Amino acid sequence: MAIDKVWVLAEEAEGGGGPTPVTLELLTEARSVASTVEAVAWGADAASLAGPLGEYGATTLYDVGDLGGALPGVPVASALAALIEGGNAPDVILFPATYEGRDIAGRLSAKLDKPVLTNVTGLEETDGGLSSQHPAFGGSLIVTARFTGGGPGLFVIRAKSFAAEPSGGAAAAVTAAPVPEVATNTAKVVERHVEERSGPKLDEAPVVVSGGRGLGDAANYAMIEELAKLLHGAAGASRAIVDAGWVPYSHQVGQTGKTVKPNVYMACGISGATQHLVGMKGSKHIIAINKDQEAPIFSVADLGIVGDVHKVLPALIEALKAKG
Amino acid sequence: MNVVVCVKQIPDPAAPASLNPDTHTLDRSGKLIMDDSDNYGVEMALQLASGEGDEVTLVSMAPGGETSGLRTGLAMGAAKAILISDDALAGSDALGTAKVLAAAIARANPDLVVMATESTDGYTGTLPVQVAELMGLPSVTFAKAISVDGGNVKVERQTEAGYDDVVCPMPAVVTVTAGVVEPRYPSFKGIMAAKSKPVDNLTVADLGIDAAQVGAAGAGQEITDVSEAEARSAGEIVVDEGDGAQRVVAFLEQLKVV
Repeated sequence: MAIDKVWVLAEEAEGGGGPTPVTLELLTEARSVASTVEAVAWGADAASLAGPLGEYGATTLYDVGDLGGALPGVPVASALAALIEGGNAPDVILFPATYEGRDIAGRLSAKLDKPVLTNVTGLEETDGGLSSQHPAFGGSLIVTARFTGGGPGLFVIRAKSFAAEPSGGAAAAVTAAPVPEVATNTAKVVERHVEERSGPKLDEAPVVVSGGRGLGDAANYAMIEELAKLLHGAAGASRAIVDAGWVPYSHQVGQTGKTVKPNVYMACGISGATQHLVGMKGSKHIIAINKDQEAPIFSVADLGIVGDVHKVLPALIEALKAKG
Repeated sequence: MNVVVCVKQIPDPAAPASLNPDTHTLDRSGKLIMDDSDNYGVEMALQLASGEGDEVTLVSMAPGGETSGLRTGLAMGAAKAILISDDALAGSDALGTAKVLAAAIARANPDLVVMATESTDGYTGTLPVQVAELMGLPSVTFAKAISVDGGNVKVERQTEAGYDDVVCPMPAVVTVTAGVVEPRYPSFKGIMAAKSKPVDNLTVADLGIDAAQVGAAGAGQEITDVSEAEARSAGEIVVDEGDGAQRVVAFLEQLKVV
């Protein structure tokens, strides 16, 4: 399967402001493996993405259009399947590992009867096809996989797997890719709730301070939030305290949560289960504070403090406040 | 109302995991337990199907007639289970697994199918929507709250920005995030009762599925290599002698973060 054409599922950043960072990362990677890169987007103003998507290498933008409040999985996958059945199949489709990206990839996989490779963190060309890399066991092992049948090959890719670089291309040509009538297109959003958020986004912040079970009590998470604020960063969490209901899922760093690669990652009271490590071990500098010297988090830490977070964190907050 | 919950029986994540060096597949030869992620789906289903005539059915695909994980869900209160166990299924990919589960779930004639957002061991996260597509059902993923209102399921669906209220006619597939409900612990009575609850054992042939479509034979993907990831260089680990905070500050100063 030689790779001539790659499609990238493009998503618009929440609240406008152009394509999401992972969209640009995927376009950049797509350029390095194929001669033709095209994008697919949905939404009432999807066509407005043609400029920035073109700047990162997309020559065509398939505009699925407004979904009328429907959840994107069914309608966008149906539009993609219709394009493919219309004789326009790409060799590979890259999806971001987001809420919608996984839904659309899964739906399309079943529609086309093609497998999908998920949690991809790297791609390489082998024998005219693409092999994908996947972290296993908390990222201590890298598994390489490939498709055995014909395309299109569907890959769901974790954010921050590739660096985004513009190609300086012209705006992509917009082609309508309407949603066909499908009986399963019945899940509708009736109201959106936007949670108040202050400070940088978890997956874009230069500093991430995360808390885990070692905090002992949900109320102590306030220390994590205060530290994050003092360091102009974002507050994250281990799965354990998200499952326990201390903080919302949107704070979760790890295999089932967000992948972060900040300049500094500070893990407080987090033991470092493989589930957590896979989401943060790509951070440039890692600081760990945990009372258990044997905790796996120390195996990835540049600076490890074996100590009680209930003592170290208040002292750290005071010291940072004193510095202003 | 009939609610089906898909349950995955996995090697205990607390035990050291390993890949079979020959087949590159996850070694599942040890004792299997119910995936912790599935506790939330089972609990949610039991709460939704708590009326007269309501019933929760578990569906699981596992090797060697494994039921130890299913018994956990039955002990929590599910009425019965369907287990698909067949040597032909070894090495199935997510799509192959979805075909098997879709055929088995259809037998229970559900109004609602509940699954975890993703499993703890495989975490492909695409299987629930693949099942929904194969069954011709709508789906709502990433539910953090679920209620049933007449013929509709109402879901608070997690988003990047917060959450969406989603309404979807049933039957439908809904995936739940951990923490959606507080799972109950099986009572002693529940554990005893679970031992005699019916488990319907099915093979691929029973489901009318061509064995060539599933298992390693039907998988459209293969693992070509497994290698050690580049290890991070060892850092400085110090025991806090009251100077822990100062050491962190010094490190941050060195990085010019403060």
